[in-house]
Amino acid sequence: MKRAIHFTVLLMACALLSCASRAQVTAQRLLDSAKEPQNWLTYSGDYAGHRFSALDQINTATAHALLPKWAYQTMAGGKFESTPIVVDGVLYGTGQDDRAFALDARTGRPIWQYQRALPADIRPCCGRVNRGVAILGDKVFLGTLDSHVIALDAKTGNIAWDVNAFDYKMGYSITLAPLAVKNLVIVGVSGGEYGIRGFIDAYDANTGERKWRFYTIPGPGEAGHESWEGDSWKIGGAPAWITGSYDAATNTTFWTTGNPSPSNRGEGRAGDNLYSNSLLALDVDTGELKWYFQFTKHDEHDYDATQVPVLLERDGKHLLIQANRNGFFYVLDRSNGKLISSSAYAKVTWSSSKDSEGRPAANKQSTPTPDGSPVCPGAAGATNWMSPTFDPQTGFFYVTAREQCDIFSTAAQPYHAGHAYYGSAYFPNDEMAPFWGALRAIDPVTGKIKWEWKHPSPTWSGVLSTAGGLVFTGDAEGNFIALDAATGKPLWHFQAGASVYSSPMAYAIDGKEYVAVAAGSALFTFGLP
Amino acid sequence: MGICFSRGLRDFVIVSALCAALLFVVTFAARAQEENPLAKDPNAAKLGEFEFRANCAFCHGLGARGGGRGPDLTRAQKKHGNSDAELFRTINEGVPGTAMPQNGATQQGVGMTEEEIWQVISYIRSVQVKTPTQPTGNAVRGKELFSGSAACATCHMIQGKGGRLGPDLTATGSARSIEYIVDSVRNPSRRLAQGISEAMKEFTQEYETVTVVDAGGQKFQGVVLNEDSFTLQMLDTREQLHLFEKDKVRSVEKSRESLMPKYDEKMLPEKDLQDIVAYLLSQGSSK
Repeated sequence: MKRAIHFTVLLMACALLSCASRAQVTAQRLLDSAKEPQNWLTYSGDYAGHRFSALDQINTATAHALLPKWAYQTMAGGKFESTPIVVDGVLYGTGQDDRAFALDARTGRPIWQYQRALPADIRPCCGRVNRGVAILGDKVFLGTLDSHVIALDAKTGNIAWDVNAFDYKMGYSITLAPLAVKNLVIVGVSGGEYGIRGFIDAYDANTGERKWRFYTIPGPGEAGHESWEGDSWKIGGAPAWITGSYDAATNTTFWTTGNPSPSNRGEGRAGDNLYSNSLLALDVDTGELKWYFQFTKHDEHDYDATQVPVLLERDGKHLLIQANRNGFFYVLDRSNGKLISSSAYAKVTWSSSKDSEGRPAANKQSTPTPDGSPVCPGAAGATNWMSPTFDPQTGFFYVTAREQCDIFSTAAQPYHAGHAYYGSAYFPNDEMAPFWGALRAIDPVTGKIKWEWKHPSPTWSGVLSTAGGLVFTGDAEGNFIALDAATGKPLWHFQAGASVYSSPMAYAIDGKEYVAVAAGSALFTFGLP
Repeated sequence: MGICFSRGLRDFVIVSALCAALLFVVTFAARAQEENPLAKDPNAAKLGEFEFRANCAFCHGLGARGGGRGPDLTRAQKKHGNSDAELFRTINEGVPGTAMPQNGATQQGVGMTEEEIWQVISYIRSVQVKTPTQPTGNAVRGKELFSGSAACATCHMIQGKGGRLGPDLTATGSARSIEYIVDSVRNPSRRLAQGISEAMKEFTQEYETVTVVDAGGQKFQGVVLNEDSFTLQMLDTREQLHLFEKDKVRSVEKSRESLMPKYDEKMLPEKDLQDIVAYLLSQGSSK
């Protein structure tokens, strides 16, 4: 009898322990994500922003047999831009209007669902979107369109803490998936269309207490403040739209910023407008700026630099690569922020020269005029927030390119707090039609395009690469496609019935590999028979 | 309203009275807004222009003169209603079944407040032509030409009559400027007409010309109805529908040279063109 009691206690302890260990995602696990390829622990799959899965069951030989396994419907309209994460068989995701959910990753059946009660007067720029969660400890974290950062209990979906980052009525919102590092949850604010003053925030993952804030526009007395005319810095934008990366070796987190406000009117904000359209290297513990690199100075075409910064080791060098919205592919030395190379990966007309530091510089005639001036890439950019991928097996970087040119016009516009603040209009330049898209494989050493897969129209899908020798992407026509990573040959596709506005990911349960992507109102998961 | 029934008749009466009062206030407020409250505000049109540029110009063009996507709004006659209240409704609620979205639902712009919508209406009124130019042509003769010697009806439909190879022109008169229509007749390849649009796709399909050679070597020429990377839906010149999988045909060649002949002055004298334009414009209004 005594033995039986002991056995029961032991069993209960085991159950508790197993339960706890399943829910606990330590900072060390996030750091060592490569050791558990069955899980997808962060927005980009790792801290380096590679969006690469080491799983290889679905590969160039088996991809043709892929089948839909399940779909989860949010039943919400608008763009479904989220990448889910998967931890030990549970998938955590977000949907439109700041929904969040935990699903049985094997079947898609909900475990809990959360819906943020959003005020009616939120100010989303570009859809009521949310790009995903971060996980740390026993909590998942999301940012909201009313500019809150929220921690949910990973087991129940109950709110653990909820902090207001800023007043949403001033045009602030959060759309990106947070980045969990050490004991911190790091987010950045959107709102470059409302004349915000952007910032990156870090919160204590346990308590929600704000540990630091880095304003992406320097205030009076700070270096870079002189790059703004008069008081324009107060409403200068420089928002964050996409999750940053992290380099543990140097304790540095890399974040990117978007356009100066108003986006298509440089008059009234003379100067470089730091740190808009920049890469920021911040100390994780303090938020202190180590260095910055501004891709587009004094931007007038909404060329946000908000593309995932990809960290890469090459020949002993610590690199950071980015295919920027402005049409150039940049290679930086991430130890100091110095530019190594830049080369166009899409049609570019805004720049045909380089400045003294080797940066592409704007042509005078590309400045928007009242009647409009034609410029490539267009306002949505040569790429946008959708994730690229780096495949260590081919050594290629893959990015969704948009071949679209627009006519940019400008007009003076008074600033009213919380009101749209563009100073502009833009529309497709029909003279340059048709517009199209491409998935491009780029050699990051030379910047040369190794192959491309043409899309019939510009797309908003991100890209995933896997150890199966595959890249996955979607298109505006609703196809989700697997291609041979080495050659670009299509191996499989699925018609999802709506444009893909998200970046895919992969995970495994019970030795079975799955690939997931959101399209329309559904999250689709695919696997082998 | 569940409360009304759960707490007995007295509560029901009180709540009903409150509801009625609220309804009165709402009705009064709505009635008060049948006319633009900013109509006499001299700054409203200028403020409206900013909003128009940010929210409307993408489709309706700078100066509201119409783009390839949206109607010319400088016309006095608006297809979905001319009154202030109707304009407000069109802007706020969109026009179901057309590309005109609900306020705030565009990917480019952001939602406007009620005041901003009235400002936009002030702006539209400020650029609207005071005395609409009458088309110089003869609409009755235009109708005869359309289905007769000019042979437009071979490929284009109006009010359910005509061909399907080109776009239905029933609403074109109200949706496009005269310049746009004239240019489309004289230079049909310069800007291809737009066809099917899908809810989440940014760009609508255009009336591109396509030539397909199938696996058996048979050749088909016509217009693209829709297309993706792997399939093609086309109408051949005899209006037969063909559905192809691209990897199962020998070749697919597309061209932006429209199947529509270029109607120069020799083929269609200026007077005939003006008559056809007058006919299209006479079809434009739903009122």
